[in-house]
Amino acid sequence: MLAGDVSRAVGDTPLVGLPSLSPPGYELYLKLEGHNPTGSVKDRVAKYLIEAGEREDRLRTGSRVLEPTSGNTGIALAAVCAPRGYKLTCVMPENTSEERRTLLAMYGVDIVWSPASEGSNGAVRVAREMAEDDPDIWMPFQYGNPANPRAHYETTAPEILRDLPDVGAFVAGLGTGGTLTGVGRRLKEHDPAVKVFAAEPEYGDLVYGLRNIDEGFVPPVLDERVLDGRIKVDSLKALESTRELVAKEGIFAGPSTGAALHVAQRLCNPARLPAGTKVVVVSPDGGWKYLSTGAYGPGDVEDIARSLQDTLWA
Amino acid sequence: MPIEVRVPTIMRKHTGGAQKITGRGATVRELVDDIEARHGGLRDALVDEDGRLHRFVNVYVNDEDVRFLGGLEAPLDDGDTVSILPAVAGGG
Repeated sequence: MLAGDVSRAVGDTPLVGLPSLSPPGYELYLKLEGHNPTGSVKDRVAKYLIEAGEREDRLRTGSRVLEPTSGNTGIALAAVCAPRGYKLTCVMPENTSEERRTLLAMYGVDIVWSPASEGSNGAVRVAREMAEDDPDIWMPFQYGNPANPRAHYETTAPEILRDLPDVGAFVAGLGTGGTLTGVGRRLKEHDPAVKVFAAEPEYGDLVYGLRNIDEGFVPPVLDERVLDGRIKVDSLKALESTRELVAKEGIFAGPSTGAALHVAQRLCNPARLPAGTKVVVVSPDGGWKYLSTGAYGPGDVEDIARSLQDTLWA
Repeated sequence: MPIEVRVPTIMRKHTGGAQKITGRGATVRELVDDIEARHGGLRDALVDEDGRLHRFVNVYVNDEDVRFLGGLEAPLDDGDTVSILPAVAGGG
């Protein structure tokens, strides 16, 4: 595969079977988004966000881009912005992994911290306040920009249909809602019988520390009409599945991959999906950026999961 | 066997600080009415003035979002676990 520059090496990721983890009578396939240039599914989104901004004439050499992120989108945006001469500021919650800060710093990104107790909501709040105060910065805003689901509608979903035209169900993590909305919409246009399920990370109390319920947030890009179900997964179940993926299939992925895999296995039941269904699961990233969290270290997995529950692992 | 209900920090002012309470009901709506009798204020925290689940509140039965199981009419069985969580921004 030859690419003229790194932004053209985004996508076309492997879709690999999981023979040892597929429940009897079902076939699970994992879309390895960690194979993108900066190691996550967000390379697709960052490219679409920036190219949409360029088409709308929002960006010039020296322009400043500002984005709330728990890490992956920031790293992906940095790789798109650097060669184009755009400066980047990321607003990131304090409770993200050490690797993310190190990578962003290496790219020369300015990091603004939002309080751990506000989770990703806090990053969104702070970024909006900063963008309002400064007309010279442009915020792509992945949670509300239709270029985010469009990246998946135009790239991720066609790749899945090319590789597995008889896909019957799709499972992805719920973050911004971009993957679920974009892929879900395209798969259902292809075959309305395809079922789409969200795996939603469940954290400890710290991450849900709103002062009042009106501070809640539902990402505008999420189209709930494409969903057939939404299942929450705590850090223990996510970690157990992530570790099983290493042990049984030899695939080293981030905890949110484990969360989606857990949901896929739960759905492989004749009451939920017909026997024989081929299920595509998205692995948004590899495990590398989570090593410092201890997620893969030795020790009791329940203790590790407890220590991880207030870190944003998806 | 009663139904265990897990209450988020933001709503524990209605439960005397308790993280877990119990209730009964054949549907989520019946459960909400039942727990409201002992923990006044929870119903208004969960259900809006039109009688629907509050936009920024997610309720799960055994980890599944009730919006895809019939909403407040989602059926419940003895021994189910119901979790309430505020809707917050996910990672990205």
